[in-house]
Amino acid sequence: MDENKTVPMIQAKDLTVGYGDVVVLENLNFSIERGEVFVIIGGSGCGKSTILKHLIGLYEPMKGDILIKGESIVKADWEEKRRLMKSFGVLYQAGALFSALTIAENIALPMEEYTKYSEKEIMQHVNEKLKLVGLQGAGPKMPSELSGGMKKRAALARAMALDPEILFFDEPSTSLDPVTAAMLDRLILDLRDRLGTTMVIVTHDLDSIYAISDRVIMLDKEAKTIVARGKPSELRKSNPPPAVKEFLERAGLSRKMD
Amino acid sequence: MSISLFMSENKDKVGENGASGKFELHEPQIRPAVEYVGETSIHLWKDSINILAIIGEIAEAVWYAMKNPRKVRWRETLYYMDVCGADALPISCMICFLMGLILGFQASLQMHKFGTDLYVADLVGLSVVKELGPMMVAMICAGRAGSAFAAEISTMKVSEEIDAMVTMGFQPSRFLIIPKLLALVMVMPVLTIFGNVVGIIGGMTVGVYSLGIPIITYFNRTALIVTPRFFTEGLIKSAVFAVLIAAVGCLRGFEAKNDTHGVGAAATSAVVSGIFLVIIADTLMTYLFSRF
Repeated sequence: MDENKTVPMIQAKDLTVGYGDVVVLENLNFSIERGEVFVIIGGSGCGKSTILKHLIGLYEPMKGDILIKGESIVKADWEEKRRLMKSFGVLYQAGALFSALTIAENIALPMEEYTKYSEKEIMQHVNEKLKLVGLQGAGPKMPSELSGGMKKRAALARAMALDPEILFFDEPSTSLDPVTAAMLDRLILDLRDRLGTTMVIVTHDLDSIYAISDRVIMLDKEAKTIVARGKPSELRKSNPPPAVKEFLERAGLSRKMD
Repeated sequence: MSISLFMSENKDKVGENGASGKFELHEPQIRPAVEYVGETSIHLWKDSINILAIIGEIAEAVWYAMKNPRKVRWRETLYYMDVCGADALPISCMICFLMGLILGFQASLQMHKFGTDLYVADLVGLSVVKELGPMMVAMICAGRAGSAFAAEISTMKVSEEIDAMVTMGFQPSRFLIIPKLLALVMVMPVLTIFGNVVGIIGGMTVGVYSLGIPIITYFNRTALIVTPRFFTEGLIKSAVFAVLIAAVGCLRGFEAKNDTHGVGAAATSAVVSGIFLVIIADTLMTYLFSRF
């Protein structure tokens, strides 16, 4: 683990992404360090989720490269990709739990595939993960029986099933009530502190941004690139461009903060 | 305030509405015929390529499944066998029986004029075993299983379950297509056997009650005419239809658009293309079987 210290966890080089012929974001360069809480922000439709789906290897970029622990996920073949994907977990916007399986089966699935645990050990791990997200006893339930927030927490338990080195979050706090959202934020920080997990979060929830991020990049739809980067509280003080200022201050209707 | 405010969450449409973010409603217009023909051709071409691609992917997945039979999700296969097989049995039998009955009745009207009543057994027996049995079962399965497969997969696509599957390192083709394909290939020939039997019973009912042929005579005539070869031909057809229906159902699911309309369209398209492919394949196979 230590030998990799110098290599950034994730690195995007001259990344250009889009759909079909439409370019959404151009020439992005950024790197994410080990154990960092890295937040990607921006208004709706600026391509936040798109960039996330590129980072996790679902879409192929139009140009540029993405390195995960120094290895390109863009050029990797299926087997290499699979190996890289094993090292990260993804929490999707609506959870994306497999609706045909129970919560416990959902969480057990990656363990059955990748580990040599016995059935009993798997159940033990499943319960442990469920406890971590505050869903003790929800194992035998079907995803359709859970509320949106519970689904999201169960999905987080699944994302953490293999104790990944990187966790990706696609708008974690949408559809969560403030209390659960805050719980999720605390959980993210706690996991980072205890396990050193790298967190990559796409969000537009201001409270989360200020509470947990080490570093943010802000994307813009018009400029099609990164318009600001840094620590959010410093960004706000350092007289940023108007678009960034508007975003970070909720378009002028600022709430009383720090 | 423009409509784009409400549209903005739709990630797949990013940038489509132009940099201004305005949502423009297009005036309906009559398109020139050339444009229409061109677009349709391009669409057809892309569709053919997709079908080829999915056939390749399925072949790879089947090969993988044969090499690693333990990796096949047998529990799910059994589930689909139950849903597509056992649950479809009553309706398949009902329809095949009625088809046999109708066929027998129509035939009896004509045959009776020529005093060749017993040939009703030939006509019903051969048509049911060679054509109608496999075909009717395929129609029912295209409507039941094909559409269900497409709807299931496209819903999984909308809810990002497919994405989740990929990032968990599972190949969707192995995970989603193989159990469905295996299940359908196993149950459709069985359904066809049931269909054949009740179809012949349908014809027999007409023969016995309307034409007054003794049951044993009708039975013997059928047993003489319907050779194991014809019977097997029907079953082979049925297995091929099963592959087509499952493959096109899954394909339509995977290519569905990421919205609720997409799910409906995928299900519709799965049934239509399923039936179309079944008929094409039937034509080819009937020709081939007649040559050898």
